[in-house]
Amino acid sequence: MNVDVSSGQKSPYLQIENLWKSFGDFVALKNITMNVQEGELLCFLGPSGCGKTTLLRAIAGLELQSSGTIEQAGIDVSNLPPSERDFGIVFQSYALFPNLTIFRNIAYGLENVGRSKNEIKDRVSELLELVGLSEQGEKYPAQLSGGQQQRIALARAIATSPGLLLLDEPLSALDAQVRVHLRHELKQLQHKLGITTVMVTHDQEEALSMADRIVIMRDGMIEQIGTPIDIYKNPKTLFVAGFIGEMNKIVATVGSENSFKIGNLSLECAPHNYAIDAEVVATIRPEDIIPHGSGARSPGAADTITNPRISFEAEIVDMEFLGAFWRAELSGDNLSGQILSINLSINAVRRMSLNIGSNLQLELPPENIRLYPTNFELLERE
Amino acid sequence: MVNTLTPPAATIKPKLGKDDWIQRAFMFVIALYLFVALALPLYAMLSKAFSIYNFDLTKYEVQISQKDGSYPNPAINLNELNNDIGLYSETDLISDANGRLRIAKLFTDFSFRSTVKYKFRALNDETSYLVASELKSGNQWVELDSNTFRRLVLRPHSGRGFDNFTSYFSRPALTQSIKNSLWIAVVSTIITVTLAFWFAYALARSKMRFKGVFRMIATLPILVPSLLPGIALIYLFGNQGLLKSFLLGETIYGPIGIVIGSVFFTFPHAMIIISTALALSDARLFEASSSLKASPWKTFWTVTIPGARYGLFSAAFVVFNLVITDFGLPKVIGGQYNMLAVDIYKQVIGQQNFEMGAVVSVILLVPALLAFAIDRRVQKKQVALLSARSVIFEPKPNRFYDRIFFAYSTLVSIFIVAIIGVCQLAALVKFWPYDMSLSLIHYNFEIMDGGGWSSYQNSIILAILTAIIGTVIVFMGAYVVEKIKGFQTGRALFQMLAMLPMAVPGMVLGLAYIFFFNNPDNPFNFIYGTMIILVVSTVTHFYTVSHLTAVTALKQMDIEFEAVSSSLKQPFYKLVKNVTIPVSMPAILNISIYLFVNAMTTVSAVVFLYSTDTALASVAVLNMDDAGDIAPAAAMGMLIFYTNAGARILHTIVSTQILKRSEKWRRTE
Ligand SMILES: Nc1ncnc2c1ncn2[C@@H]1O[C@H](COP(=O)(O)OP(=O)(O)O)[C@@H](O)[C@H]1O
Ligand SMILES: [Mg+2]
Repeated sequence: MNVDVSSGQKSPYLQIENLWKSFGDFVALKNITMNVQEGELLCFLGPSGCGKTTLLRAIAGLELQSSGTIEQAGIDVSNLPPSERDFGIVFQSYALFPNLTIFRNIAYGLENVGRSKNEIKDRVSELLELVGLSEQGEKYPAQLSGGQQQRIALARAIATSPGLLLLDEPLSALDAQVRVHLRHELKQLQHKLGITTVMVTHDQEEALSMADRIVIMRDGMIEQIGTPIDIYKNPKTLFVAGFIGEMNKIVATVGSENSFKIGNLSLECAPHNYAIDAEVVATIRPEDIIPHGSGARSPGAADTITNPRISFEAEIVDMEFLGAFWRAELSGDNLSGQILSINLSINAVRRMSLNIGSNLQLELPPENIRLYPTNFELLERE
Repeated sequence: MVNTLTPPAATIKPKLGKDDWIQRAFMFVIALYLFVALALPLYAMLSKAFSIYNFDLTKYEVQISQKDGSYPNPAINLNELNNDIGLYSETDLISDANGRLRIAKLFTDFSFRSTVKYKFRALNDETSYLVASELKSGNQWVELDSNTFRRLVLRPHSGRGFDNFTSYFSRPALTQSIKNSLWIAVVSTIITVTLAFWFAYALARSKMRFKGVFRMIATLPILVPSLLPGIALIYLFGNQGLLKSFLLGETIYGPIGIVIGSVFFTFPHAMIIISTALALSDARLFEASSSLKASPWKTFWTVTIPGARYGLFSAAFVVFNLVITDFGLPKVIGGQYNMLAVDIYKQVIGQQNFEMGAVVSVILLVPALLAFAIDRRVQKKQVALLSARSVIFEPKPNRFYDRIFFAYSTLVSIFIVAIIGVCQLAALVKFWPYDMSLSLIHYNFEIMDGGGWSSYQNSIILAILTAIIGTVIVFMGAYVVEKIKGFQTGRALFQMLAMLPMAVPGMVLGLAYIFFFNNPDNPFNFIYGTMIILVVSTVTHFYTVSHLTAVTALKQMDIEFEAVSSSLKQPFYKLVKNVTIPVSMPAILNISIYLFVNAMTTVSAVVFLYSTDTALASVAVLNMDDAGDIAPAAAMGMLIFYTNAGARILHTIVSTQILKRSEKWRRTE
């Protein structure tokens, strides 16, 4: 473990500084600076084509960066070939050797490094047990299910006990149910082994549920780095706000240092630094909007809106039943024709007999509203 | 803070691992091979075609002494001298690489007994001449007595130009071959593709019986040299032919024979390509068509033909290319009818005119390259089509059509079997058609021209070496193209070089090898006249199809195997040995049998390159036929056939065995 003596703080296990990568004229990674702490599970999350795989491959040495440095466990590995770096990797396709048995697949990296046959055998058995496939050693990859193959690929990658585990969309080739199950299993295994892990995914749910920290990427750049909760609660950019979870985006103008206006409607928000009358995008998550009216809470509970500066009325223009709750879309003059989505509990919809066309009083808690500079490119994409 | 969108200049220099070095060595070897075996010889041939030689008299000066040995008169330029007396015209001064010009004739008073002396010089160092076989050059005066002056000869000056082509096109006897070749190729293509289409159609779309047998028979012509059908046709329709009267007075020695023979030997190629195309057509379209109550005729024209059109084009171009570049068949049965490939042979072997051989080669390259380029484009489209399709067509029985198709396929099969059968029969009877009693005398090759039994032995050695060495080189080359990272431009160039042999006719390749390897300055000169050059030329001649087979097999492998292997700190050659090769084994076997069979049957490239020690069976067929020993030629041809058939059977057994063993991991449960 690398301990920075002066501050007594753990220095990061993997440190990437000012990394650039070009493919001809196309710049795939732009000035990436980030680090990975020892033992953590870090996710690269971003839309397809944003450079996640390229960054992962640069860490592995499979793709050489154009400039910038990568330091692993205190050693500069920037220009080392993959064979001289310390990592195990699992690809989306698993890349299991089809003509070798499961046993030989897992043993592949254990051969030729001075281990005896018995040592190899013991290690493979241990790994098979670890991934819960003890009986499958003599089978061939094609005879296993997708989820089993994924676990074999994982066992093969960690067989040599590498310091770093790299996973490129390890679950995306699986069907939804298996995926959710394996997500959990993978996380547990990583925790148990304590192996520093970098995982690429384009599935935000996967990243939120598994990662210790998430790196959000877009167009070859890092948008935000943080814990799942941090990113969910405090998205730094409009892109992150829209990419993680559901988010309402309303075009508005700044009213005062703690309010904004949608047409004639003025609403309170947390204090900010935007100039008066500047055009902004106000965001709030559907679950953060509070519906009001008789029966909106528990039966008989008093429901009064204390402050008209944080609430207004709108009309339900669409409703969709999502199983655990209803998602309603509201619009109307107050919103200048823009759409606001909110979550409604099944009970509330029943008690208030809400339907398309019903009017509903809404409260937007100021602390849950965030303002961003307008970015029409992002708004248009929706 | 650095946050501009322009990347800084690349600063990282990769440290190369052991694998990188080995892979580079790999690449170097393969690149060297393709350059030495293909690019440089072709370049040598092209430069030969554009090389011109003439005597440049302006570059020499002479001064003549009086009888007493004094030189009162100024030096004269040879050109002026020639102009004065008008001895040599401009065409007289055109020459070839070995030309010599004696200049004493320019001196009307010359007598070798005279005491007059001559001072002679060339005006620059590049201009040379021979005095009594001693090479001299440069502007140092050389004084010669009359007797020695008699033995002074000029060497031709070499340059580049189109003169060889001008001279080619001024000889109608030669240019007629262009028309002949194109005509024969077009007619054969139309006939072969039509016949092969219906045959493939019968196999794919009918429920007729014995499909396996038909398919097997249709591929038999691949196993024999292209001149074998020529021999069979001579026996059937030649001067002593059994069925000569069928030709109604026409002769088989000429276009008719060439076309029939061409149809025979190109049929399997067309049939296989069209079969593949038909197999890819989507069954759903047929269902749609029949549910719309379209007549079978309409369905045929609106669904079947468009679906197979790329296959048809491709087959047409392949057949065209095979026919126009083939040499053995027109040589055997062409009679007085000249074709380009045969012209190359005649110019080089008959007249020793290598420049003219090179010119004809360049001309033959044009249609071949064109057909090849178009075929590549068509094939690319076909691949795009392939991925979108899925449902396999399952024909329904139809007694009427099935019978027609059966009859048709039987007729075609009889044609193929008859050609081969006639050869076998002719090889076994004493004296066709007068004494039809069986005998083995024609197998006594030792008393014939062509190299005897040792030529058969040489062919076997060549085929085995070609199969082994060729497969190794081809596989390594395909591995470089598909799996080694970086060197984009180099690999693209490499891929282009690998495609080129398909477009280069065998005759052209063989001639190019003479120019390149027979040059004493070439460090590879030592392979000339040995078995090595035969192996190299055969591997190169059949490189493209083998390369494509290997690339296809490698493409099917997960692209991350190499990455996984290096992450596990294992050398890449362990991966190649344990995974890449075993998984590609079916393709590897296909490549080796393809190379083996072609090495047994090929004539065109090797006919220029064999020596008395390395005579080959296929060339022996040609030479024995040339010498009039047609029956032994047929006997040798059949020997090649049985050898190839045996190799094919062995290949099938081994392949089946390997597939059976790998069934476990190839199939999902
Ligand atoms: N070898 C390559 N050559 C050229 N462009 C590439 C190469 N690899 C990736 N790219 C490009 O870089 C961008 C990022 O790719 P990638 O890292 O695979 O994205 P992600 O994994 O986030 O989907 C894409 O636009 C892709 O087309
Ligand atoms: Mg990716």
